[in-house]
Amino acid sequence: MIAATADSFEIEKAKLCRKIAELQAALNAKDQKLRELQLAADNSLAEGEVQFAPRDQYTELSNDDIARYSRQLILTDFGVSGQLKLKNSAVLIVGLGGLGCPAAQYLASAGCGNLGLVDYDEVEPSNLHRQTLHTVSRCGISKAESARIALLELNPHCRIICYSNLLNSFNAMQIIPAYDVILDCSDNVATRYLLNDACSILQKPLVSGSALKMDGQLTVYCYGENGPCYRCIYPVPPPPEAVTNCGDGGVLGAVTGTIGALQAMEAIKVIVGLGEVLAGRMLIFDGSSCQFRNIKIRGKRPNCHVCSSEPLITGLIDYELFCGMNANDKDNALQLLEPEQRINVLDYHKLATEKKSHLLLDVRPPAEFEICQLPGAVNVPLAQILDDSYIQRFAQQLESKEYPIFVVCRRGNDSQIAVQHMKTRFPDHSVRDLEDGMHAWTKLVDQNFPIY
Amino acid sequence: MMSNNNTPDLKIILEFSAGAELLFGNIKRREISLDGTQKWTIANLLKWMHANILTERAELFIQGDTVRPGILVLINDTDWELLGELEYELQANDNVLFISTLHGG
Repeated sequence: MIAATADSFEIEKAKLCRKIAELQAALNAKDQKLRELQLAADNSLAEGEVQFAPRDQYTELSNDDIARYSRQLILTDFGVSGQLKLKNSAVLIVGLGGLGCPAAQYLASAGCGNLGLVDYDEVEPSNLHRQTLHTVSRCGISKAESARIALLELNPHCRIICYSNLLNSFNAMQIIPAYDVILDCSDNVATRYLLNDACSILQKPLVSGSALKMDGQLTVYCYGENGPCYRCIYPVPPPPEAVTNCGDGGVLGAVTGTIGALQAMEAIKVIVGLGEVLAGRMLIFDGSSCQFRNIKIRGKRPNCHVCSSEPLITGLIDYELFCGMNANDKDNALQLLEPEQRINVLDYHKLATEKKSHLLLDVRPPAEFEICQLPGAVNVPLAQILDDSYIQRFAQQLESKEYPIFVVCRRGNDSQIAVQHMKTRFPDHSVRDLEDGMHAWTKLVDQNFPIY
Repeated sequence: MMSNNNTPDLKIILEFSAGAELLFGNIKRREISLDGTQKWTIANLLKWMHANILTERAELFIQGDTVRPGILVLINDTDWELLGELEYELQANDNVLFISTLHGG
């Protein structure tokens, strides 16, 4: 009887497993279908959206133009011909964030006739300290649209096209040909390689800016006979763990503003043929000591995969795959721990309100701990977990294997790294992390708890 | 690091920028003295840095025997690729700058 039950159990189990596998396969197929549909939708940019209507080539300035641009018209080397070149030019700005906003602002106000704005993202309150074209009332709308509204208010003569899609290997080759200069104001490695390869293949100058914390960098790729491309300088993408985004590292708005304004300046120089373009050189800005450093970088790499005379890459590839990183600066939730090594915030809250004795370690940096903390949390930055210096500090709590220890951070990624590390030393201790961190706390326990 | 009176130290300056300093105790500029009796290439310097001043995870700075992708090396403000990379022989008072590439915006 028992044997028969065991047999039928096995049969039932096998049936269920097969059914699950079938459903999984069907799910995968549907997922794939959805991705293809989405991709097709993203790529079917209508003709008129991609290209400007046949561009008028202006041969003279209007009285309005003369009044508006008088202060730059009287610049030696700029003059009427420079203004006309600008008026007839088209610049594509990829990313309407901390770099793209000031860059677009200076280009529109200087009289650049045609601007293309690419950004898949929407305006959020945490953007406003540096993304100076967006406003409180436009939170939630597309960044490209929001920027367009602001720019037209500044200069209604500017023609603007918005692309509120993620730039990808298909649409890039449709969009970029219509432009004279491309600005890389993006926030991730995959997009930087994508833009580089597209600009290299299409022979478009690429004004590349980047910023993080108090630092900024600027150079112009794919410009001039021996001007290098991004791949000449960085043939291999960096390891993902070495890449920090603004959401994690922080950034000062005045730093992105500085670099973004300089990107506009380099674009104007390229269009007008003014001065010495920053190609084959890189500007390194250290905001904390307010030092600009101009370094000499290499020229074209003779065996560059994309810009040499015998390129290996002649069409765009899958850049997320190539870089091992997504084409955005959003954080992906890590999944390092087993379910029993984690606790959800509701269960933790219950336990804490019952005043059960425990230790709550907050592994964020002190600057973040200062912003907000959970009741009773002790700040132990992740570095102190990883170098084991916490052990001495909490020797007493670590004496008992049963004493509950919880680890928390902003979103539940660093807390997992911490628990994983602590478990190598104390495998049988009760160490768990709070799933999805303080963001979950705000969502599920206390809506008045600040979110950042 | 030890030297006698006949063989002066080789003094050079190391600088770190755009976050690379975080791997080296958060110090942006150091004047260091190397043993002047031997020849110092960048390759030797990297080994010396690894052994003496690197404080964070080594793989965020070194990969194989060279710097990891995404760190630029400048010798006297010129890309080391123009100067022989790992084989460049350090001269007194050289300035070697390590810059992390930034990607944010």
